[in-house]
Amino acid sequence: MALEGDFTRVAENEFYTAAYERFLSQGKLMGAKCQKCEAMYIPPRPICSKCHTSEMQLVAMKGKGKLAAYTVIAVGPPMMVDEGFDRENPYCCGIVELEEGTSITARILGVDVTKPDQIKIGTPVTVEYQERVHNGEKKTFLAFRALSGGQLFTCIGGGQGIG
Amino acid sequence: MFLKKRRLGRGVAVVGVGITKFGVYPKGVRGSDLFVESFNEMKRSVDKGFQDEDIDAFYIGNLSSDIFEKQVHCAAAVVNRLGLVPKPAVKIENACGSSGVAFREGAIAIASGVYDMVVAGGMEKMTNLPTTQVTETLGLALDPVCEFPAGETFPGIFATIATAHMAKYGTTVEDFMKVSIKNHYNASLNPKAHLDASIKDFMKRRAESAVEKGLPEPHWADEMEFLHDPVQNPIIAWPMRLFDCSTVCDGASCVLLVAEDVAKDFTDNPIYVIGTGQASDYPVHERKDMTSLNAVREAARQAYEMAGIGPQDIGVAEVHDCFTIAEILSMENLGFYKPGKAVRALREGETNLDGKLPINMDGGLKAKGHPVGASGTGMVVELFTQMREKAGPRQVKRKDIDLGLMLNFGAQGSTAVVNIFERR
Repeated sequence: MALEGDFTRVAENEFYTAAYERFLSQGKLMGAKCQKCEAMYIPPRPICSKCHTSEMQLVAMKGKGKLAAYTVIAVGPPMMVDEGFDRENPYCCGIVELEEGTSITARILGVDVTKPDQIKIGTPVTVEYQERVHNGEKKTFLAFRALSGGQLFTCIGGGQGIG
Repeated sequence: MFLKKRRLGRGVAVVGVGITKFGVYPKGVRGSDLFVESFNEMKRSVDKGFQDEDIDAFYIGNLSSDIFEKQVHCAAAVVNRLGLVPKPAVKIENACGSSGVAFREGAIAIASGVYDMVVAGGMEKMTNLPTTQVTETLGLALDPVCEFPAGETFPGIFATIATAHMAKYGTTVEDFMKVSIKNHYNASLNPKAHLDASIKDFMKRRAESAVEKGLPEPHWADEMEFLHDPVQNPIIAWPMRLFDCSTVCDGASCVLLVAEDVAKDFTDNPIYVIGTGQASDYPVHERKDMTSLNAVREAARQAYEMAGIGPQDIGVAEVHDCFTIAEILSMENLGFYKPGKAVRALREGETNLDGKLPINMDGGLKAKGHPVGASGTGMVVELFTQMREKAGPRQVKRKDIDLGLMLNFGAQGSTAVVNIFERR
C-alpha cells in the first residue's frame, strides 16, 4: 500500500481549504503570499495565480479592514433561515478589504440592517469568529464587525448607519 | 495572456430554434419532457425540414437535475425520450451559463469537422422545491469557502456588486428599476415569457385584486412609484428588490446547428455563428474591480476578434440579466457603453425595442424567466427570430440587424460565454 501518507499530507496542506477552515476554528484568519512575486491571497492558494509558482508562504491576517461592498439579505438559504433570519430579520454580508490589501466575503455585524441604504462603504471593520451549529456540527464562520458602534460616523454621517 | 487568434475550423450556422413557454409546470413534469417540447418546436421551425437520425450529437445545458429532479445523467435521458438512442449526448454544467456553453461546444464540434449536425439546448425543472431550497441550490454555484458560509445568495452577490457600482458611478435604484420596466414591457409582447406582463399590467392587476378583496383601491402615480412600494416590490437583497430579480421557473430551449456548407439545405435564411468566446473569473472578492466582469470582457474580446468586428457593430443583443444590475454590468463589460455610462442609455431608452441598440427583446431572464439551464440557448432563439424578422409585435424597429450578440454567464460571472451571429 503505497502513497497512504498522501491522505494526511493533503488534509494537512496549509494552502488547501481544509486547513483554512481549521485555522478559522482556532480564531486565525490566514492568507498566503507568493514568495516570488509577493502577490497576496485570502484564502491561501497552493499556486500563485499571477506567476503560477507554488512557492507560497502562509501569512496571518491582522483581521482589520474596511467595508468595500455589501448587501442586506431578506430571503436567505435554509442555513440562515434556520438561524431565524427572514424578511423581518434580515442580515448583512459583504466584502471587506483588509489592511493587507486583499479582500474577502463574510458576514457583517454591527450595522443597522433596518436602514440598508445608510450603511457606509468604507466603514472600518474588525474580524470576529462566530461559532454556530450547522447540520449538527459546530463550525466557525468568518464575520467582521463595524467598529466603534457607529460613533465615528455619528460625526460624519449624522448618527445613522452603523448600530 | 491569450495571444493566439482563434478561429472556427469551418463555418457553422443555426437553422432552427425551439423554446417552451417558461413558467411553473406541475410537479411530475420532467425536464426531459420540456426538452422534447422545445425539440418539437425546433423541428417545425426548420424551413426545409431534416431527418432526426441525421443529428450527430446533443449538447445539453443543465445546472442541477440532480437536486431539482433527483436525476443525474440527464443528457442520455433526453436522447432516450427523443427516440434517438444511440446518439451521443453530453450534459454541460456551467451554472446559469450552461446552455450558452453547450451552444459554443456544439459549434466547436461542428467546426472541428467531427460532426455536421448537432442539437444544442438546455432545460431546468426548478419549481418542485420550495424557494429557500432553490435559493440554496443556486447558491451552490457560489464560492463554497467564503461566499456560501457568509450567507450570500445569488441576489445577494449581485446586490453586493450593485452597491460597489452605486458607490463608484452614482448608479441609483431607479436605474435598476428602468431595466425592469423595459424587460417587463418586452415580455408583455412575448407569450412564451413566464411573466408576460408589463409593470403597468402588474399595477392594474394588483389594483383590481385589492378591489376584489374589498380593500381600498391602491394608486401609484407611475411605474417608479409602484416599484418603490415595499409591499408590491419587497427587498430580496438590498438594493435588489423582487422586480429586480429573474424568476425561478421551468423551461427548455434548443437550436439546430449545422455546417455552413450544408446550411442552405435546411433554410434559405440561416443565421451564421461568426464568433465565440469563453472565460472564467475569480469570486467577486478576489477581483481587482468589483464592477468589472473580467470573464465577460475576455469572452467578448475573443468573440469580437474571431468575428472581426467590435461592439459598435452589434445591432441586437441578448444579455444575462439574472438581476437588473447584471444587465447594466453586461452593457458595460461587453463594450457597448463605457463603465458607468450604461445607465444614461437606459434613461434615454436606447436599449428599448425602438432604440438604437435593443437589448433583451424577449423580456430577458428578468421577465421571460430564468430556468437556468435553458437560458443561454433561449437567447439564441430570440436572436434567430429577431434577425429573421419573425418576432411579431416585439420585432425591433431597427432594420440593420445583420449582427447579433448573446452573453450568458454562470454564477457571479465566474463563467462567461459570448456568441456572435450574422445574417447574410
